Amino acid sequence: MARNVTTGRKIGTTILAWFVGLVIFFPILWTFLTSFKTELQAISIPPVFVGFDWTLENYRTIQTQSNYFHFMANSIYLSLGSTALGLIFAIPAAWAMAFSPTKRTKDVLLWMLSTKMLPAVGVLIPIYLLFVRFGLLDSRLGLIVVLFLINLPIIVWMLYTYFKEIPGEILEAARMDGASLGKEITQVLAPMAVPGIASTILLNVILSWNEAFWTLNLTTSNAAPLTAFIASFSSPQGNFYAKLSAASMLAIAPILIVGWFSQKQLVRGLTFGAVK
Amino acid sequence: MATLHTKSAARAMMAPAVIVLLIWMIVPLAMTLYFSTLNYTLYNPISTPFIGFENYSYFLTDPTFLAALANTLILVLGVLAITVIGGILIALLLDQEFYGVNIVRLLVIAPFFVMPTVAALVWKNMMMNPVYGVIGQLLQAVGLAPIDWMTEVPLLSIVIIVAWQWLPFATLILLTALQSLSADQKEAAEMDGAGALSIFWYITLPHMSRAITVVILIQTIFLLSIYAEILVTTQGGPGSQSTNITYLVAQQATSYGDIGAASAGGIVAVVLANIVAIFLVRLIGKNLDA
Amino acid sequence: MRFSMLTASACALIAVAATSAEAQTTLTIGTVNNSDMIRMQGLTPEFEKAHPDIKVNWVTLEENILRQRVTTDIATGGGQFDVMTIGTYEVPIWAKQEWLKPLDGLGDGYDMDDLIPAIRSALSSDGKLYAAPFYAESVLTLYRKDLFEKAGLTMPEKPTWDFIAEAAEKVTDKDAGIYGICLRGKPGWGENMAFLGNMAREFGANYFDADWKPQFESEGWKKAVTLYVDLMQKYGPPGAASNGFNENLQLFGQGKCGMWMDASVAASFVTDPKQSQVPDKVGFAPAPCGVEGCPNDGFNWLWAWSLAIPNSSQKAEAAQTFISWATSKEYLELVAEKEGWANVPPGTRTSLYENSKYTEAAPFAEATLNAIQHADPSPTDDKPYYGLQFAAIPEFQGIGTAVGQQMAAALSGSATVDQALKQSQAIAEREMSRAGYPK
Repeated sequence: MARNVTTGRKIGTTILAWFVGLVIFFPILWTFLTSFKTELQAISIPPVFVGFDWTLENYRTIQTQSNYFHFMANSIYLSLGSTALGLIFAIPAAWAMAFSPTKRTKDVLLWMLSTKMLPAVGVLIPIYLLFVRFGLLDSRLGLIVVLFLINLPIIVWMLYTYFKEIPGEILEAARMDGASLGKEITQVLAPMAVPGIASTILLNVILSWNEAFWTLNLTTSNAAPLTAFIASFSSPQGNFYAKLSAASMLAIAPILIVGWFSQKQLVRGLTFGAVK
Repeated sequence: MATLHTKSAARAMMAPAVIVLLIWMIVPLAMTLYFSTLNYTLYNPISTPFIGFENYSYFLTDPTFLAALANTLILVLGVLAITVIGGILIALLLDQEFYGVNIVRLLVIAPFFVMPTVAALVWKNMMMNPVYGVIGQLLQAVGLAPIDWMTEVPLLSIVIIVAWQWLPFATLILLTALQSLSADQKEAAEMDGAGALSIFWYITLPHMSRAITVVILIQTIFLLSIYAEILVTTQGGPGSQSTNITYLVAQQATSYGDIGAASAGGIVAVVLANIVAIFLVRLIGKNLDA
Repeated sequence: MRFSMLTASACALIAVAATSAEAQTTLTIGTVNNSDMIRMQGLTPEFEKAHPDIKVNWVTLEENILRQRVTTDIATGGGQFDVMTIGTYEVPIWAKQEWLKPLDGLGDGYDMDDLIPAIRSALSSDGKLYAAPFYAESVLTLYRKDLFEKAGLTMPEKPTWDFIAEAAEKVTDKDAGIYGICLRGKPGWGENMAFLGNMAREFGANYFDADWKPQFESEGWKKAVTLYVDLMQKYGPPGAASNGFNENLQLFGQGKCGMWMDASVAASFVTDPKQSQVPDKVGFAPAPCGVEGCPNDGFNWLWAWSLAIPNSSQKAEAAQTFISWATSKEYLELVAEKEGWANVPPGTRTSLYENSKYTEAAPFAEATLNAIQHADPSPTDDKPYYGLQFAAIPEFQGIGTAVGQQMAAALSGSATVDQALKQSQAIAEREMSRAGYPK
């Protein structure tokens, strides 16, 4: 039942909420606008908001300088590849933890999470040497494996908390009916788990897309994703705000759009067991 | 029999994930432990004599070590404070009825999709630059002197940038929790004559406590190893005012090429992270009845 | 049947792909995102047209990230790059490590004797060239002729720091947004320390003395840093402690700086009407001098961004072909033809400075050549290391960066000059004793 809200209050809330939303969004909006300015307009004082000559010049310059689509394709490969691999390993593990918990389940989970606390820089040289040894440098496969491993704990945990909310009675009923383990998963569990899995996929794609330490240090060109693309524009000589803005927009736009369109799915599973 | 069967099945299902993570943890960790006892620099990779704990004493007596430790704590706690408090307030706001809820929601969650390097570059150059940055221009427009963020308040600047990135995550989780609070409960309290503030304090906040725990746990994991944002903005300075432990370790490896010291630093960081982890589990783990 | 046909054609396809891959060598080149390199990247099709069997793959990264990438790669034998862009700091160290291939196949038309001697010797070890200079720079004092005229000042042929201090005060007009002096403040061994290390030399001090003892608490460093902080706090732009070369370039180009001492390559940007609002108002003078009786050759630094081949590259021959092209006289002409003479990469070849088309188009040519020719990075009796604004030992990179942070702290006022120098000395002594100096 919606409570009655006075129009006055509603308008007040509207103003406040829009103000907060715009303040939070402002850096992105400003980057978007700046990406269509000339370099001189980008640093003009006082700043121009929309009253400038919109130009696509920056985007053109960037595309001639580095092939954006190559980097974007790599970002897609890496994030989807690591996510797929992650699901293959995480779904059974999370399922087992949720439906056959033991005393140690919680410890295992927390231990998994604690592997994420290792500072990556501390193990850069060991990993680099391993990559040299196995010829994995600048290969998508090598990076997919690394991204998969660093995100696996989060995936397991997210799925686990989601699975745990599925009532066990349903499973028991299915078992009584003599359903096999396989049937139990595919026919009973899967339909209920789909939203959680969808949300997990989204979060993992976002995390992989934005990972900027390993992707930068273990690639040169063949496997280099958008994080490396951005590193070529981060502080060149001369005025660069407009070009940096355009490159930034290109780097974040795909994931931002995907995120926006699927935010409902993302939010649904993004509870980590926080909601009972 | 059935339970035994499911138990072993469960173990088999968990095994692959546990094993790969174990390998991922142990192999680099063992190599790092080994390197941490060697005099190993990038410039002399051939002769790497064993030197025992020298790298550890070198890293721990680094004049910036304690400052880095303090900065790490300030960074983690600062971001947590902003995102949790800000997240609660914004969640409360988004839970109200107003025009354009869906669009405002999109605006608020957007920073979560921005990669850390881009966020740091945008804030450093377009927002916080004292001459061309929007914040400086706004301050000047109202007659105040612009702040030179990266020099005057370097650590605060990084806290702001990182908090901006994580605020959406906290808001989303807290909002979901908030929305699961039944309207009946609130209405019942309202009937009893409870004011908005006491409803928040006695009903809403306890209801969200679990969500707050989750936000703290997950964010701490990511916040302990902040690196890109510092590298892009202040590079740990001026002096060591914005150097955290991760950055200190990175400096050993990247600017000194000292793999021995970086490895020792890495091990120290792992130990510290585990202390935090134990602390976290004690403090809030109960809240997460797994 | 169908299946086997498919397989067969697939095999044939793979075979075709393999042979064409064999015929064409792909070079991976790591470079900095500086304008001259980006221009080179843009001209790659010309190279590929002339050498159809070679394909070039660019990895363009921001300076710090590139340096970290190539160092990790070369030290671990990763073999990711066929050509690396490195500077005069790395070349002597890496050549000594035997990480680089000597460049002995640059071709007959390369005319190695045309390379400016100071640069050639900076990139050679035991008489062998280990990296080919792409562009080189020294230091210049850039100043605004119009503002000097307005303030009734004339830039002397050899400015002293006393004069610079006086001029900075007179030119500053903060209400009009004009700051008397802009200098590097962003911490880093290649950023503020390049400037400050050279400024300390202008006051008679080096990084290390003959016994490798760090000199940060010496008289020269004290005078230099005290003056630097004083000038910048009084007459410098806001946020100076985060201004590097690029930020100052932006400020100067917008007409906000009266004077700017920095890399000579800045001259071609601030005189380019496309990038600068004050293209015809800039004057050039040598770096200032802080000691009595300025020596004739002044105090210049030397830096050359150069192309080198790591030992781990399997494609050294093609790599040399590329390097030869990118650092040749013909390349300079190519850039001149496409972008105008003022935009060619400066500082590497004597013939460029004898070319009247260049000297006419580039008002800064003479000052640049003069500064480069009078820079001698070789070790001396009281300076055991190679280098002027840096010390070419592996430890310097870390020390320089940490000391640079201390200087930024002094500049921002969060530490006094004395505190910062004391800290710097402590940091440097700690590192040097760990590394086992004196060696």
